[in-house]
Amino acid sequence: MPYPEMMVKPMREEVTRLGVEELRSVSDVDVALSASSGTALVFVNSVCGCAAGMARPALAKALAHGVKPARLYSVFAGQDLDATARARSYFGEYQPSSPSVALLKDGKVVAFIHRHQIEGRHPDQVAIALTQAFDAHCA
Amino acid sequence: MSGHVFHPGHDELHGVTVVINGVSGRTYLGRWHERGARGVTMKDVAIHDPVSSPLAVAAWLANQEKFGVAASEKMIIIPNEEAGAIRLFSDAP
Repeated sequence: MPYPEMMVKPMREEVTRLGVEELRSVSDVDVALSASSGTALVFVNSVCGCAAGMARPALAKALAHGVKPARLYSVFAGQDLDATARARSYFGEYQPSSPSVALLKDGKVVAFIHRHQIEGRHPDQVAIALTQAFDAHCA
Repeated sequence: MSGHVFHPGHDELHGVTVVINGVSGRTYLGRWHERGARGVTMKDVAIHDPVSSPLAVAAWLANQEKFGVAASEKMIIIPNEEAGAIRLFSDAP
């Protein structure tokens, strides 16, 4: 069951203030992700679990890197249910988890950071993993 | 630490992805919820059964590491007598 919007608003804003476009509906997702060329990041935001408190700062650090994806999106798991499910339909064989980060290139997932790869790690460590993926696929 | 989270009143493993070696030989991979008198409650759990799985447990775990936890159970309780060694998935070899 989604949390009250007033409780998650700061979590949304922690991501959107980075220049990430939040996708709130199925049509938002399809418009954003059906374009099959170039690079796109999809951040799966989350309320639940300490991992979310690491993932958002990690994303902020990673997006300060010189090389980054051309398009930046987020969906909010547990809140915007339909949009999140639709976004996950673009992730192929990668299993759903939240928070998580998918990097797509030409419509295919080329890197994925799962929740279990965020848990217990410092945001700097997660940011390094993200920037390594950016360097490998977005340069 | 920046970030807003809800994590009220649970033990330190709550919400963390762990691997539990079952005494039966099964391996359980999922998010720790709590441990109680009945056993360990886990959520979104994938289970490796050495009898039925085509993959050895190490290969199975490697696959889960790359593609994420392919949960077959939304929630299970592993009886305390079944729950053996417990480790963080992020620490798994």
